[in-house]
Parts: sequence; C-alpha cells; structure tokens
Amino acid sequence: MLTNEELLEKYELTVGIECHVQLNTKTKLFSGVSNDAKNAEPNTLISPICFGLPGTLPYLNKEALRLAIKAGLALNAEIALYSKFDRKHYFYPDLPKGYQISQYDEPIIKNGYVDVQINSEIHRIAIERAHLEEDAGKLTHPSGADYTLVDLNRAGTPLLEIVSKPDIHTPAQARAYARELYLLMKYASVSDVDLYHGNMRFDVNVSVALSGSKELGVRTEIKNLNSFMNVEKAAAYEYLRQSGLIERGGKVVQETRGWDDAKQKTFSQRSKEEAHDYRYFPEPDIPPVRLDRKLIEEIKSQMPMLPHDARIFLKDRGIKEENIEVILDQPKILDLIIQLPKGTSNNIYVRAANWLSNEVQRVISENNFDIDKDLNLTAENLLRLSDMIDDGSISFTASKEILETIVKKDVDPKKIAEEKNLIQISDNGELDRIIEEVIKSNAQAIDDIKSGKQEAFGFLIGQVMKKSRGRANPGLVSKILKEKIK
Amino acid sequence: MGTWENIDVIAKKVRNKKLSPLELVNKAINNAKQAKEFNAIISLQEDVAMQKAKKIDEKIQNKKDIGRLAGVPFIVKDNFMTFGSETTAASNILKGYHAPYQSTAVERLESEGAILIGKANLDAFACGSSTENSDFGVVKNPHNPEYVAGGSSGGSAAVVALDVVPFSLGTDTGGSIRLPASFCGVVGYKPTYGLVSRFGVIALASSLDVVGPITSSVEDTQLILDVIAGKDGKDSTAVDREKSYITDEESLKGKRVGVIKQFMEHGLDGEVRNLVENKINKITQSGAVVEEVSLPILDEALACYYIIMPAELSSNLARYDGIRYGHSSSSAKSINETYIKTRNEGFSSELKRRIMLGTFVLSSGYYDAYYKKAQLVRSKLIADFEKTLSKYDVLIGPTASTTAFKIGKNINNPLQMYLMDIITVAANLAGVPAISIPIGMSVNMPVGMQIISKQKEDKKLLGIAREMEKL
Repeated sequence: MLTNEELLEKYELTVGIECHVQLNTKTKLFSGVSNDAKNAEPNTLISPICFGLPGTLPYLNKEALRLAIKAGLALNAEIALYSKFDRKHYFYPDLPKGYQISQYDEPIIKNGYVDVQINSEIHRIAIERAHLEEDAGKLTHPSGADYTLVDLNRAGTPLLEIVSKPDIHTPAQARAYARELYLLMKYASVSDVDLYHGNMRFDVNVSVALSGSKELGVRTEIKNLNSFMNVEKAAAYEYLRQSGLIERGGKVVQETRGWDDAKQKTFSQRSKEEAHDYRYFPEPDIPPVRLDRKLIEEIKSQMPMLPHDARIFLKDRGIKEENIEVILDQPKILDLIIQLPKGTSNNIYVRAANWLSNEVQRVISENNFDIDKDLNLTAENLLRLSDMIDDGSISFTASKEILETIVKKDVDPKKIAEEKNLIQISDNGELDRIIEEVIKSNAQAIDDIKSGKQEAFGFLIGQVMKKSRGRANPGLVSKILKEKIK
Repeated sequence: MGTWENIDVIAKKVRNKKLSPLELVNKAINNAKQAKEFNAIISLQEDVAMQKAKKIDEKIQNKKDIGRLAGVPFIVKDNFMTFGSETTAASNILKGYHAPYQSTAVERLESEGAILIGKANLDAFACGSSTENSDFGVVKNPHNPEYVAGGSSGGSAAVVALDVVPFSLGTDTGGSIRLPASFCGVVGYKPTYGLVSRFGVIALASSLDVVGPITSSVEDTQLILDVIAGKDGKDSTAVDREKSYITDEESLKGKRVGVIKQFMEHGLDGEVRNLVENKINKITQSGAVVEEVSLPILDEALACYYIIMPAELSSNLARYDGIRYGHSSSSAKSINETYIKTRNEGFSSELKRRIMLGTFVLSSGYYDAYYKKAQLVRSKLIADFEKTLSKYDVLIGPTASTTAFKIGKNINNPLQMYLMDIITVAANLAGVPAISIPIGMSVNMPVGMQIISKQKEDKKLLGIAREMEKL
C-alpha cells in the first residue's frame, strides 16, 4: 500500500472548471421581468415567457450582451463578432419550455486566459469559451411530501458559463482559479458574485493519470460547488479517491458527482449511460448576434480597473502580497488606496494598507458591516490620520483608537483625537515636569540604570507614559530621560 | 355567398352610421350558426363580441375615433391567443386553456375596431393539410361537404368561403393558408417571414411560421396586412414594414413573370393545368413577359421541409408536459409517468409521428445526416430563389396540384398527405411572400394560383395579384 503522499507523487491531477456566473442585469435574459430573485416570494418574478406559455417568444436582453462582452474582456478573451443561440432539450419540471436556450457551437466569448498566483508563482489557465444561457427554475422537495415545489423566479436569469481548459494541476490552483474568476467578475461589475445565493457555481472536472503520462484519465464532474474552499476540497478528495482506485486496480467511471459538505466527500449522482442526448439545434426564435466592433471598443474604453492592474498598482507602492490579496477582496477598500493623492509616499501607502487589511478588517467583522453601506472611511481621513503620526501629534497606539471611529463615521480624526484626549504632549515644560516626578519617586531604578541594568530604563519610560496617560511621545521621553540621568 | 362588401366599404359605412357594429356582429354570428355543419369554428364569442360592438357604437355616438376596421367581424385560427375565449390549437392537450395575453396580430386588428367573433378549426397545432387532424373534428369544404377544406387553416378559409365573416387570420408554415384558400376558393396570403409578429401565436416551426389573412379579395388582403404588419418588440425575428401596403392594381405591361416549371409537374391535375394556363395566357395578353423558369432545387424542397419542420415542432411541443397548464394525466404516479401519459393522451397520432421524426433527425449521430443537410439545402434554395427573383417581378404556378380531395381519402397515407404541400413549402423555406388567388372551378371545386415575389416585396406582389385577380 502506498501512502497518500506516495499516491499523489505517482499520479498527476488534471482539472478543468466550468463556472456559471449570474449576470446582474435588471431583467431576465429573454423577458422584461426583474432578475433579482434573492428575496422574492416563489413565482412572483415570472412572465408568460419565463412560464413557457404557448405563443411566447424570447426577446434578447441587450444589457446581458454588454455584460458578457465586459466579462470576455476581463478574461482576456476574443469577443465573437458572430454568435448564436441554440436550444438544449431535456424534460424536467424546472425547465418550462422543455429546452434551455444556450449557446452551443458559436459562443460569444472564445480563447481567453486567467493568471493565478500561488506563492509568487504565476500559472496561466486558458479559457476555452464562455457562453450566455438562461438559468432554470428551482425545485424544492419538502421532506415527507409526495410532491415537489417548482419556483420559476430564477428561470430565465442570464448566466455566463465560463469553461476553462484542463490546465489546472493542483487543488490549490483550482481554488485560486475559482477565486480569481470571482475577483474578475466582481471588478468587471458583471455579477453581484453573491456566492451564498449561488451567483457563481462551479462544476469541477477531475481526472488523474500516471505522472508524466501524456493521456488524460477518465474524468468525473463534481457539480454545483459554491465556495472556493469546496472547489479545492472536492478536487483534493477526487485526486486521492481516483488515484487510490486506480492503484487498487479499479477503474474510474465517467460520472457526475456531488459534494457532501457534512461528510467532506464526493458521491455518485449520475453515470454517463444516463446522460441526455440534448438534441441541440439553432434557436429559430432569436436571430444570430452580430456585434459591432465599435460597441466592443466602447465597452473596452470604459472597463474598470481589474485585479491584475490593481495588484501591480499595490505592489509598486511597496505593499506586501498578503495585504494585497486582502485588499483585493473588497473593491471599496482598494478604492481607498487608489484615492490617496498622487505623490503620496510609499511609507504612507504601506501604513494605510496595514490599517486596511488589519484594524479595519477587524472593525468590519466585529460589527458585521455591510461594506457598501456601513463603511464610511475616506481616503482623506486616512491621510490625515497618517499625517498626525508623522508630525508627532498622536502615537501609533492612539491612531488605532481613532481609526475605529473614522471607519464608522466620516469625521476629522483630529477632532476625535482632541475629544479623546489623545494628542501627544509636545510641550517640553509639561513633559519635563512629569519626568522629574518619575525620577524622584523611582530612585531605585535610577541606581539600577547607573549600575548597568538597562531594563530599568524601559520601566521608567513606562512610568512616564502611564503618568501622561499615553499622550507622551515615547521618543521624546527617552531622549529627555537619558539627558537627565547622565 | 358574397354578401359582405369590401372591408373598407363596410368600415366606412359603420363610420357613416349606415351600418351598425351590432348588426354586423349579429349577421356574422347568425351566419356562423347556419354554417355549423361545416365544423369550421371551434368556439364563438357571441357575448364578448356583442359587448365590443356596443362599445364601438357608443364611440360612434360620441364621435370618438373608432379605427380603420371599426365594426368589421372576423375570426382567427384557434392557435392565436385571444382574450375572452379558450385557445386550443385544436388539440386535446390544450382544451380549456385560457391565455393571459393576446397575440399581436389580434391586438392590432382590435385596436382598429375589428371585432373577433370566434376561433376557427385547424389541424391540431397546425399539423396537417386537410384539417382532418383536428381533435375537434374535420372541417368540411364549403363547396361540397364530402370534401376537405384543406389545411391546416381549413376553418379560417371555410369561414370566409361560407361568408360567415369578411376576413380571417391563419398561419402558414408550409402552405397552411394558401392550400385551404385554394381548396375553398378564397384569397390566402403568406407574407414575408417576420413581416407580421408571431407573438401570441402557438408555434409549429418557428423559422417557417407566418401569420396572414384570408379574404375574398386581394384588396381586402392589402388592408388587413396594412393593419397587422410591423415589429412589436416581442418577436426578434420581425422585419421592417413598408409605410403602406395599400396600392392600386399594378399594370402587368412589361412585367417579367416566371412560370415555375417544377410547379407545373408533380402530377399536376389536367383541369388544374388548363385553368392555370388560361390565366397565363391572359397575363401574356396584358403585356407581361412570361417565361418558363426552372428551379431544380425545388425537387428537394419537400424532403428538406419534412426534416426542418418536425425538428422545430418536436422542440416547440416539448413545453406541453402537464406540469404548468393544459392537460395533465390524472393517472400518472411519477414525474416520468406524467410526461409520458400526458403527452400520449393529449397528442394525436399525427403529432406523435412528427415529434418522433423531429426527435430522430436532431439526435446525436443523425443530426449531420438529416438536420444539417436539410439546412444546407435550405440555404441553397434561398440563394436560388433570390437569384431567380432578381430576374422576374413574380413567379407563378398552381397552389396545389389538385382540387380538394374527399374526406378520408389520404388519412391513412401520411406520405400522400405530405405531398399536398409540395408546391407551397418552398415559399416558407425561402421566407418569401406568396399569395393564392382563385382562378376558376374544376368539376365544381375551386382552383387556386400562387404568385410569389422577393422577400419584403409584399406591396408589389399584392399590386400585381390585384391585377391578375381581375383577369
């Protein structure tokens, strides 16, 4: 028996990922009903079109096309000037027309790539295609009931299915790719990327083969994962399962599998023999999409900053990689850094980045903030706060206390410092008096210092800080103390 | 027969208070009741129609705008969604179905004051050439009740021939307006594909289906087309319309007319040929340049049609699954049984035959050999038609190779039945406009002639048809 480590050494993993991204259009892909099913009662966001009533016709939402183009540009892909829709047939109660309108052989997006970075190493993962399609409805099976409930609110929601090439070779890469897609869709503003509500769903295709082998093994598809962690875990689980199976002389069956979060394992759902013949053919109700180059250029010129450029921006300003990734997760936080005025020194960028990826994150999570609504930090206040440290008017410790307030409210940090009595004592007379008092009441410590015990010096500084209630500038205290004891 | 005046004359008299909408609706309803034995109508909306007539009457009294078709009663094929009545597509699977919205064509007619009085019988889901495939019984030919009225818009053609109403609407996927118009001796018009919105019309084959009027004169057809044509923002395959489709007769002098060789073959009945040739002579005498023109691709048209049409139909009928509306089998115990039993009980054998054909030609392993090849043939047919039509103003030929046949004659021979469409399907595959006008009687049964023109040249086609109709 090989150990797990030996198994993973002997077999190589290959992963391809299909990701369904829900586009944040106002209305559905083919009808004028609201697309935001998040908090709606079942079957309230439906029209005769989403209900598949006789005589209804789909009418393509132009906004979905624009968003698909944006997503394609974010994926460094070709935008097809000619694409078309096709019908994909199967019977299921969540599919009102008996077919799904999708794009089969002429997708709107082709040949892109996504770079992911793991331990400073960049991996390029090719995107084969991305196509537009409508989502199906939602079925719920009440426990114990002999019926199933159909909710068609989601039926007809626009999805972009992004299909990667099998360029992924470690579970960590799979996770990084999923996260990168998330960031790309978020930064391109094409989706609300609410993972909890299934705005992005990942289908992970996994196969293993003997290391160095040119041929790919039989693959399984783990469907409907909705977190980066589960993408990684499912890939890792299948890697080990398939390798072990082959090692024991078994064969991997081509099948669809699900991820059991409670048991932390994949399970068989449907084998290839049960696979559908979808009978694709061109959708006759929607003419082929012919895009104008001008439209693509126009959208290109309005593209927001994408994660790749943001990373370069942050890196160029000396910010550490771990902070960069934290900042990237929240575009609003990134905006604060970007909004710092030109000519700001790297020291200040680094200080701001530290605050934003530590103290600010703590405030956000402790208060359960909705970043878009509750975060009222401004770049201006960040800069003011930083300046107050540099001009010695507050201590670094005090800055954190002030930060806690200006994260929630847009007020001048100086005002808060004054209110909270955090302004450092820069008046030498006052400081002198406090130090004199400390020296007088700590004769023993002075003796210790004179006899070479330097720890006592730190103790004295502590005493001064205590007496000043933290307002003394420690540098200045140290300097004055040294002079006085000499 | 022939008790209705031209539609614009009726509407004018209504405007001038010489005729009342109530009178007109009453007349139509009475006519419909008297023509009951022909089984042309599935449902009558007597009360709703009378209420509408009253409303128009009030508007006239109050000197309000009443529209171009005010008070004119009409009937539509029962595959148009209409308010106030069920829409069955003449199929058991939709019996009792009430649509929550109306088809654009009906909406436009009503907004000009026309009054819908009923829904016409058809082959279920418009699948057939004789209206013998209706789950509501066969439509009988107005000229001889032992004969079929043609299909699938058999009811729509019969109600005009029977003088129930001045006009009706039908749908034409492979000849379903023109063939029954020819068999019943009325004018049947299939516009350019996309000229009339398909929204609210139950689909047979979406890339072939068109909505068109059936009338007793080309002039009436012009008026109805003028009202119903044009985009509606609900059908993405709709094309731009011309400002107006109302024109006078277009002189045939110097017009180039091609007689399609292939249409004059295909076992053309001798008497039908005589009538068509007589008409051709008159056209020549009117100064037109008439030539025989050969379009060899037409020999493949029917085969091509009977692949594309069932493929699209099998897909379009997938939604009738017993889950959300329509018939749902009461004995089903599982989801799969619901599908199987509902569809087995709800669909007639002709529909099952076409669903099987369509499913087969789209299946993996057969797609390339059938559907894909048919699409190639269709592309060639479109190109050949365009090339030929660039040399001629119109192409002509018979609408059908025979007159109406006896009820039951072809019912057990689907292939023979499919052959009825051989002359009409090409216009659908090419998306070009085509009209059938009556040109005489053969052994007491009407014969029609078909006139075809280039895509979007509907206006010119109707002008020429008006002139040819007079000859």
